[in-house]
Amino acid sequence: MDRLSRRGLLQGAAGVAAAGALGGCAMGGDDATNGDAKGTTSANNPLGVKEDAPLEVVIFNGGFGEEYAKAHEALYRGRYPKAEIKHSATQQIAETLQPRFVAGDPPDVIDNSGGSQIDFNGLVSQGALTDLGELLDAPSLDDPGKKVRDTLLPGIVDVGSYDGKFLTVNYAYSAYGIWYSKKLFDAKGWEYPTTWDGMIALCRTIKAAGIAPWTYTGVHARYMSWPILTAAAKLGGIEVIKAIDNLEPNAWKHDAVRTAADAYYQLAVDGFLQPGAEGMDHIQSQTEWCRGHAAFISCGSWLENEQKSVTPPGFDMAVAPTPSLGTSDKLPFGAFRGTGSEPFIVPAKGKNVRGGMEYLRIMLSKKAAADFTTRVSSLTAVTGAADGLSLGPGLTSVTKLIDASQGSAFTWLYSTYYRKLERERVNAASLELFTKRITASQWCDRVQKSADEFAKDPAIKKYKRA
Amino acid sequence: MWGKRLFIAVFLIPPLLLYGIFVVSPYAQAFQISGTDWSGLSPAYEFVGLDNFRRLLGDGYFWTALKHNGLLLVLLPVATIVAGLFFASMISVGGRADRAGVHGVRGSGFYRVVYFFPQVLSVAIIGVLWKEMYAPHTGMINGFLRGIGLDGLAVAWLGDPRFSFWCVLAVLIWMNVGFYVVLFGAAMQSIPRDLYEAALLDGASRVTTLVRITVPLLWDTIQVAWVYLAIVAIDGFAIVQIITNGGPGSSSDVVGLRLYKTAFGDGQFGYASAIGVAMFFLTLTVAVMFLRATRRERVEL
Repeated sequence: MDRLSRRGLLQGAAGVAAAGALGGCAMGGDDATNGDAKGTTSANNPLGVKEDAPLEVVIFNGGFGEEYAKAHEALYRGRYPKAEIKHSATQQIAETLQPRFVAGDPPDVIDNSGGSQIDFNGLVSQGALTDLGELLDAPSLDDPGKKVRDTLLPGIVDVGSYDGKFLTVNYAYSAYGIWYSKKLFDAKGWEYPTTWDGMIALCRTIKAAGIAPWTYTGVHARYMSWPILTAAAKLGGIEVIKAIDNLEPNAWKHDAVRTAADAYYQLAVDGFLQPGAEGMDHIQSQTEWCRGHAAFISCGSWLENEQKSVTPPGFDMAVAPTPSLGTSDKLPFGAFRGTGSEPFIVPAKGKNVRGGMEYLRIMLSKKAAADFTTRVSSLTAVTGAADGLSLGPGLTSVTKLIDASQGSAFTWLYSTYYRKLERERVNAASLELFTKRITASQWCDRVQKSADEFAKDPAIKKYKRA
Repeated sequence: MWGKRLFIAVFLIPPLLLYGIFVVSPYAQAFQISGTDWSGLSPAYEFVGLDNFRRLLGDGYFWTALKHNGLLLVLLPVATIVAGLFFASMISVGGRADRAGVHGVRGSGFYRVVYFFPQVLSVAIIGVLWKEMYAPHTGMINGFLRGIGLDGLAVAWLGDPRFSFWCVLAVLIWMNVGFYVVLFGAAMQSIPRDLYEAALLDGASRVTTLVRITVPLLWDTIQVAWVYLAIVAIDGFAIVQIITNGGPGSSSDVVGLRLYKTAFGDGQFGYASAIGVAMFFLTLTVAVMFLRATRRERVEL
């Protein structure tokens, strides 16, 4: 027989397939190298960076762009001229870097941010991140007598820690609150209310003036869960939030959470929400707000930078804490949710772990932080780094908010521990709440049910907030 | 003889190798990964047998997504093919009967080009375009509704779980129909004009002509279109991800999106692969079923 039989051909193809499967396996081999080789330490080089070791930095190219990182890299190059720095920026952090983690060849520094950040639950449970405790205890670049730990704003160490290990530096500092245009309020003679009753009364006035009192993003309705949880924490104390972070049974059904949810549900019941907001994404709703179609919006302090191109001159945006729900709130009116964002990590299997830590130490110097604030109008995790800089009206009001809070700022961690719980479950329930398809009490029940699912799921690693 | 075998092998090996590495091997690996708890972030994993598939059976979010794919599977091919056949026959043979014989409606050349436009745009552009069209205040659809005095109908389309899925379905039909107009139109060119003329002389209406002449003679093409559209319906990932991202809630979720979020959002590649394997069998079954169900005697001209 001088022709290839059909069977022979199929066998051949199967053989080729098998060879391919072996050759290019997605699940990777390993990883013999560990880049923790330490150079000699000195006062100038406390982390023991090898001077000529190349450094690879990957930046999330989102709201903050990538130019600030190039400035930081220049500072690193200034200290270690022999080190070659490889810089890249992407919006698809997870898609780009996931295969490199598997291959045991991750970059040395990653800004793990944005819509497609790599899930921290997975990274931490796989031990993929370097413990940055050593960085915290290293002397700061500005003042050798001071540890890096002591230069950070309160809350930064908490939000970057998993089971007591400090694994991420959340470089940007975001304050969350209720935003309004000071210009509009001054023109109309309105004043930001300190109590919830005052808020409802003011909303009535605003509505009568032909402006929607509130707008929000239905696509990312979790933005509206922030004032609810903030108000709940202020009413019932931080323990309420800790129970939520620890996925405790009935944490979301706590009286304080229910009262807060009910208060904000009132906005929907009384028709104080802009019609159509349920179909808007965050940019669309923020733009409606900038155009003066709505008075209040819930957001974080990146808002000013995000809306830069559409904010009318003299708009004068300002942020305020959530109004107190009762007269005996456990936390003062000035308390707000303040936390780090833009998490930077040093993968444990990077080639130059020491260099990665040193890069973060440089980022946490006042010079680098001030440069960041000037470029992207966001505060940083570094205490006092924005002193003396000329800031936009939004950011100026954020610094006032921080000063007025007198250290009563707080945050929750469930959204970093269990990202999907907030991004999918709370998000979906909040839209139902503000479109009046469910009541405040049903909202609590629904989110609690989801939280219970997470608590039971063995595939999800649990963290304990102390 | 060896020379001949070598000759054949030289031509066969490169494509087979490429096919093996880039098609067969990922499929094979998906099967392997679906039996593990791999997180996708390190080379460490454990075999968990059929646990992922057991979990799949009890996963309400997966079933909701599957239900939407099922609805797409029923509605998308039917709507697209009916619309495609209608437009194609209007363009080729739908014109007023006159001395010029059988021809398309006036301006059919123009329509032929216009219907094809969506096919030229990339899926991402179509998604972003429609997302803005549906926007509650600034969108064209509500602008149009308000313009003709139907303010009550100007709702937040994508923000309402009652409408979001149908909004996506409309976009899917819109973006696909143009291609099938061209496909059916080209196939109709091969149907002899005298058949239509004879039918006209016998007093057949346009609908009768379409059902009795065009559809039977285009059956092979329609069958292929059906399978293609079924595959689009089982996928649907890109357009859903851009327009609604599955929301609000899971009201427009599809299996492909669930898979993607499970893998890249939740870092559960093992479970995501199980979803992929389930989808693989689903697609295969559907394709085979369609081909069986639509098998007919060929009409010879």
